[in-house]
Amino acid sequence: MTNSAIKVGLFIPCYVNQLYPQVGIATLELLEKLGVDVYYPEGQTCCGQPLGNSGYEQDSKGICNLFVKNFNDYDYIVGPSGSCIYHVKHHFDILEQTPEVKRVRNNAYELCEFIVKILGKTDLGASFPHKVGLHKSCHGLRGLKLGKCSEVQGEHYSTEEDLLKEVKGLELMALNRKDECCGFGGTFAVFEEAISSKMGKDRVQDHIDSDVEVLTGADHSCLMHMEGIVNRNKQPLKVMHIAEILNSSL
Amino acid sequence: MGHAQKATEFNKDEAKVNWHDKALWYVREKRDKSAHNVQGWEYLRQLGSGIKANVLSNLDKYLIQFETNAKNNGIQVHWASNAEEHNTIINSILEKHNAKKVVKSKSMLTEECHLNPFLESKGIEVVDTDLGERIVQLAEEPPSHIVLPAIHKTKEDVDVLFQEHLNTKPSGGNPEYLVGEARKHLRDKFLNADVAITGVNFAVADTGGVVVCTNEGNADMGVHLAKAHIACMGIEKIIPQEKHLGVFLRLLARSATGQPITTYSSHFNKAEEGKEMHIVIVDNGRTEQLSREDFRASLHCIRCGACMNTCPIYRRSGGHSYDYTIPGPIGSILSPGKDLKKHSSLPFASTLCGSCSNVCPVKINIHEQLYKWRQIIVQEEKQPIVKKSILKTAGVVLSKPKLYKMAGKSARFALKHAPRFMIYNKLNAWGKARDLPEVKHESFDEWYKKRRKNE
Ligand code: SF4
Repeated sequence: MTNSAIKVGLFIPCYVNQLYPQVGIATLELLEKLGVDVYYPEGQTCCGQPLGNSGYEQDSKGICNLFVKNFNDYDYIVGPSGSCIYHVKHHFDILEQTPEVKRVRNNAYELCEFIVKILGKTDLGASFPHKVGLHKSCHGLRGLKLGKCSEVQGEHYSTEEDLLKEVKGLELMALNRKDECCGFGGTFAVFEEAISSKMGKDRVQDHIDSDVEVLTGADHSCLMHMEGIVNRNKQPLKVMHIAEILNSSL
Repeated sequence: MGHAQKATEFNKDEAKVNWHDKALWYVREKRDKSAHNVQGWEYLRQLGSGIKANVLSNLDKYLIQFETNAKNNGIQVHWASNAEEHNTIINSILEKHNAKKVVKSKSMLTEECHLNPFLESKGIEVVDTDLGERIVQLAEEPPSHIVLPAIHKTKEDVDVLFQEHLNTKPSGGNPEYLVGEARKHLRDKFLNADVAITGVNFAVADTGGVVVCTNEGNADMGVHLAKAHIACMGIEKIIPQEKHLGVFLRLLARSATGQPITTYSSHFNKAEEGKEMHIVIVDNGRTEQLSREDFRASLHCIRCGACMNTCPIYRRSGGHSYDYTIPGPIGSILSPGKDLKKHSSLPFASTLCGSCSNVCPVKINIHEQLYKWRQIIVQEEKQPIVKKSILKTAGVVLSKPKLYKMAGKSARFALKHAPRFMIYNKLNAWGKARDLPEVKHESFDEWYKKRRKNE
């Protein structure tokens, strides 16, 4: 199958749609560059994760059903957010497992994983001459297994690193704690404000201590949280989604 | 007070938080190194988990087998369905021996049953002989960690505490000096104890013996000097055969502290000549937890503490913020089963990052159980009105694309045009330490529509 025969439904998470359109744009452009047939189903909203993680799974069924309805027609569902995709794959078990639901759950992919695993590409021709720090979001890392996490025995691998390593001029910086949680955690960020902020602050500091210029990751919710801290404290760190880096040709 | 408030308190002293976080992170890294040096570590965890699952589905059989074998060895076996019965049984054994002084090695179960205050109210002196436990006992605090009970105390804190209780000289927190003094103090207690109480790490069904793991040798010291030994265990401590210790002893110490094995793995199979050995087997809510299918695996726990050391929230909020005998991730899935109302904030004291499940030597799916408890708590416990109405409304709005579009627009409008003091007020927990995202002039939806028009 050539890439152009692959029908992809683009999922743009609600907060990215409203607050970070540039991430959605980069994701779309990237997929188009890769030659796949991208559709953006109108009427999409959210994956239901904010409700599920807060204990309101039962109230999220309408959202989940809408998601399935919107994305049922595509070979793959691709989104620039590991945690949303994880939610679809893992927590849509509350719906009746119709063939449509199963299909959507099976075919949902986080953007990096889709590019590396399904399209089999790592060099996307991008160039980005900066020192970059990679934040490995927990739902991507531990949930979708996009890489090996430090507490588990085994060979090192990382889907995001595979892609970043091919970016011209990009220097991937080693962190002190390479995969600690940033403390976003959805409503945790608000209801456990003190710990959430402290965790974010510590993560940001690790990047700064490691001479990082641009902090990136495959999940913009973590990035939004850390960016909030960076901006509040006027720290010398730029925050960008990995799609923006992979889509750049500086 | 819920976890969030207690954690906020703890975070008032940021230097202390940093120190606490680093101390435990150090243990977590030691654990990684030593675990990953064992070939087939992940397989070993699988094995440990499998053995525990087998135990839990045949618990009745194994417990009876254990009792029979223990009795054949001359051990007296007692059954307690709850904490009260456990305490009463122990008290009656002490009365029989006319015991006034008791030494106790580490046991989370006796903490859970609040044995110390119970015995003290009967005029019995109970001395915790594990150094960390002795420290918190002197400070009249509960342990803040199940393996490192005094991890929240600095050596300077201990210095002050010992001056007050053991008449030590100020040493500026000199560890050698303080440990030396503690040893002298405890030696005296060991020599004069009537009865020794220990916990149990593993109870072996096919031998009827128990194994106690310590680093200080305090369990042995206590048991060998006293005229009677009482070992207290939860029903889930059973392992089928002695050979299974090969799995669990390998897993336990590495997960706990990164040591290849605890300094002492003491096997108690029968009483010494002329002495008595008792075992108290306690339920105290465990069968109830066993009956909850989604949460049954929480009983696999071998109390290694690895989930605490890896938990980024535990490291930054301290064990006392959980207000439960067993703090941290495992405590947050055990405690709601004991008292849903009291502990309803604990399953929310997590980002669901999943690191706890990855380090757990017996593969408890801790973060998934946290998620499941959340669903139950929202159904059964009263929720803060604001949280409830926001999330319920979100459920409706996000299932209706038209409503969502309107809401998104007006939210962005408000975010962009509201004056700063309205956005960053007391009600906005997000904005206390973080800025809100800068608002772009259009959403992705709007951009996409425009682009399509221009095509
Ligand atoms: S839940 Fe697992 S990691 Fe946590 S203390 Fe128990 S055995 Fe150790």
